[in-house]
Amino acid sequence: MFDRRLVVNFDWILLLTVCSLAGIGILNLYSATANWQFASTPIYMKQLIWLGGGLALVLLICCFDYRHLEHFSILAYIITIGMLSSVLLLGKTSMGATRWLNLGFFNLQPSEVIKIVMILLLARTFGRTALPEGYSMADLWRPALLLLLPVGLILKQPDLGTALMLIFISMSMLLFAGVQNKTLLGLFILGGVAVVLGWFGLHDYQRERIQTFLNPEADPLGSGYHIIQSKIAVGSGGFFGKGFLQGTQSQLSFLPERHTDFAFSVFAEEWGFVGCSLLLLGYLFLVVWGIYIARHAADRFGMFLAIGVTAMIFWHIVVNLGMVNGLLPVVGVPLPLFSYGGTSMVTTMVGIGLLMNVSMRRFMF
Amino acid sequence: MGFDAKWTELPSVQRRFLFFSAAAAIVFLLLGLRLWYLQVISYGEYQERSVRNRTRVLSLDAPRGPIYDRYGQLLVDNRPSFQISVMRQDVEDQQLLLQHLSELLKIELPVLEERWKDGRRFPIYRPVPLATDVPRDVMERVQEHGVELPGVLTEVRPVRDYLEKGSAAHLVGYLGEITENELVDEKYEGYQAGDFVGKIALEKTFEAYLHGEKGRRLVEVDVKGKLLRQLQTEAARPGNKVYLTLDRELQRAADVAFGDQSGAAIALDIKSGDILAMVSRPTFDPALFARGIASEEWASLLKDSRHPLQNKVIAGQYPPGSTFKMVVALAAMREGVASRFREIDCKGDFVIGGMRFRCWKKAGHGKTDLKKALRESCDVWFYQVGLELGIDKLSAAAKEFGLGEPVGYPLPGEKRGVIPTREWKRARFNLPWYAGETVNASIGQGFVLATPIQLAVMTAAMANGGKVLTPQLIERIEDWQGNILLQPEVEVVRQVDYSAAAWQAIKGGMVAVVNEPRGTGRVAQLDQVVVAGKTGTSQVVRRKTDEEEESDEGGDSPYRFRPHALFIAFAPADDPKVAVAVVVEHGQHGGSAAGPVARSILEKYFSLQQQRVENN
Repeated sequence: MFDRRLVVNFDWILLLTVCSLAGIGILNLYSATANWQFASTPIYMKQLIWLGGGLALVLLICCFDYRHLEHFSILAYIITIGMLSSVLLLGKTSMGATRWLNLGFFNLQPSEVIKIVMILLLARTFGRTALPEGYSMADLWRPALLLLLPVGLILKQPDLGTALMLIFISMSMLLFAGVQNKTLLGLFILGGVAVVLGWFGLHDYQRERIQTFLNPEADPLGSGYHIIQSKIAVGSGGFFGKGFLQGTQSQLSFLPERHTDFAFSVFAEEWGFVGCSLLLLGYLFLVVWGIYIARHAADRFGMFLAIGVTAMIFWHIVVNLGMVNGLLPVVGVPLPLFSYGGTSMVTTMVGIGLLMNVSMRRFMF
Repeated sequence: MGFDAKWTELPSVQRRFLFFSAAAAIVFLLLGLRLWYLQVISYGEYQERSVRNRTRVLSLDAPRGPIYDRYGQLLVDNRPSFQISVMRQDVEDQQLLLQHLSELLKIELPVLEERWKDGRRFPIYRPVPLATDVPRDVMERVQEHGVELPGVLTEVRPVRDYLEKGSAAHLVGYLGEITENELVDEKYEGYQAGDFVGKIALEKTFEAYLHGEKGRRLVEVDVKGKLLRQLQTEAARPGNKVYLTLDRELQRAADVAFGDQSGAAIALDIKSGDILAMVSRPTFDPALFARGIASEEWASLLKDSRHPLQNKVIAGQYPPGSTFKMVVALAAMREGVASRFREIDCKGDFVIGGMRFRCWKKAGHGKTDLKKALRESCDVWFYQVGLELGIDKLSAAAKEFGLGEPVGYPLPGEKRGVIPTREWKRARFNLPWYAGETVNASIGQGFVLATPIQLAVMTAAMANGGKVLTPQLIERIEDWQGNILLQPEVEVVRQVDYSAAAWQAIKGGMVAVVNEPRGTGRVAQLDQVVVAGKTGTSQVVRRKTDEEEESDEGGDSPYRFRPHALFIAFAPADDPKVAVAVVVEHGQHGGSAAGPVARSILEKYFSLQQQRVENN
């Protein structure tokens, strides 16, 4: 039953890359929370436990053939849309946003689940219908509706970051599937219109964040505080960094959210440009390796699946790093494998598991 | 699959892999360039800013919401207090600093060292309080020496000011420092170590309304932590205003009337269920807790055998004694066991199954009807009627009036009392019910227990024609713009039905208690209105045998064995407005110990009403 080739083809390089990045991440969390008093388990230990669980999840996902997921994707989509709707009706509210569904033993965040499900569904659609000459506008209304439904529900929560993430991932997959030139132009125009309209539909706090991003010094105590402190942390790291556990910004607690969204700032302060470059190379390698897996996938579904997962990881990295370096507004996107958080870890590891699955079965036909 | 192969092998598709990889690399390169810009080109600037980064966010305490009485009189407020704290990270020589401060503050060095150590619980950027609520001159002295005291801050913090001291302390509650368990509780999201939160009663239950929202102050300090300038301030938002149903003047009068005795008193508006006054004695000063209570003080409060921390109005359970008799009489009339004209010959005792139950009056009351039985509190009448009624109907009638169950006092801690039934006794003692126990229950003794608030609710129901009301404590909660956030409505739990004649008979008996010769509650008589009331004297221990009593004349048995004194009343009898229940622990006689308290409360209630009418 169990194919020997699966073991032979196990993607050790992917596993090693993921473990190295996560390992550095945990070391960094240790430093970021070094001056905290913990009532129970320290943050870095918790993250280590999440990582262990995540790796187990990767192995679990490897056990079955990813091609079964193709048939399962529509059902999964319907269920997830149901969960997103029920979150709006009976979800748990925290800090003004309703994102969680209490399942008793843990809080499920359906907006995370939809990322994976959307990738599966689009991989199925594009895998079956990709055309040599590329899609025209008329071919795309169905996938567009499938995307806009969850995006609308997530915006209602409101969670702008996740909604944008979903759009970025889908657009990446679409561009990979290929579109005609005039369609591309059309998409750009539509996007422009959406941005203008969206500005008026934003919540005050979201608009404020974008204004803050444009001019953080205008509100140094409020929303600008994050960006300013993060930039000081990164910048003062210099070429070689201040050294492990030596970052004054983070150790003196000037840096907010330094174990979650701003974990990279702690790293940048303590390891400097040298450390950051190496970390960036690590992440870049992960992304390129994902594309490599896509290229060698056994079928088109697998290929789009790998592209989708890679796009997800890529956009998380780029938006998070852009945010902490003051290039993008603060939208609350975690850095995969680096920021503390079970939800992010699980989503990332499910993605890695799917990549691994596609990679292992590249010679299966 | 052939189609697959064809599409994938298209050169344009193959190029896409390369193109996507290259795009990713370019984006990462841009991120790298940004890092180069921040970390290498702008290094100097950011390095300097990080060294200079002595901007601090100090949190400003929000004043807790004030608490008023129903007429807007302040009961609990906040006052500013000076606090001397220290930023640990700015201190170079801890020993020297503490020594210096010890002299200035006149606090012994070991105490300061202890507080410093204690402060390690706080994050490093939070100032550690060394002395709270210091006098102004001490604060000024510390400020003068600011240069020699790097890292020392003088802060102004609001501290809870209980204007009425121990009065109503049990319903207001007190504050304490937030505990580690509370900090991880979702309910306390956004709180920090060192914050004060409500620990019991109103302060705790209405924490969310009272606590307000902290403000923040962004300040720049120099390398030594000395404040250079204020960059920005976000004012704190004070907590919401809570208006209680209490009437401060009536509350004060009730407190004075109670004196140094132990026990509880409560006054209820019989139409709305509003608690107008509420006394539990002995009491404590909530200010002791406002900025941390000393452990000796805490221990002495806990150890006191008279239980100053217990709110006896809701948690004191007493045998209701004769104040229970109206319930028996009402049930007997409804069930046809006895009309108000039934006459029973009281010879001073009552024998059943070989057991002898005595009337409080050894000589007996002679021929007695209901009115006389209430007026003179004859026990034998009720023994006989209660026995005929049976425990099942007796208990059912009592429960209808809200006895044996929490009455719905809006704060936690309410006890349920006991209305015994056969099932209850079976479950509790695994024993059958005995007739003698019914006899005892008929005069509110034996297993029967009630809280003062239950007795007040019962009395109010007897005055208002059978409406059992939920007692209300909150008149309304308002924010500072005047928006009403909470305004509980009158809540009728149950309508108890008796014939008009039955209500009339009870009222007549209660009026006689206070107003007729030989009434046991004549002490509560008022000039301006007719008061209806009932006395109660409830045994703490088994009633003494004759022989013991002979050798114990004068009633000066040890304090803890003395009977409790009870008095319930409503007035005016013809158009009732207010109901009162008073329990004086070990007060000996309902009439003489509890009656005067009830009288003072009622007298004040009507004189206040008069005043308010005149003022308008």
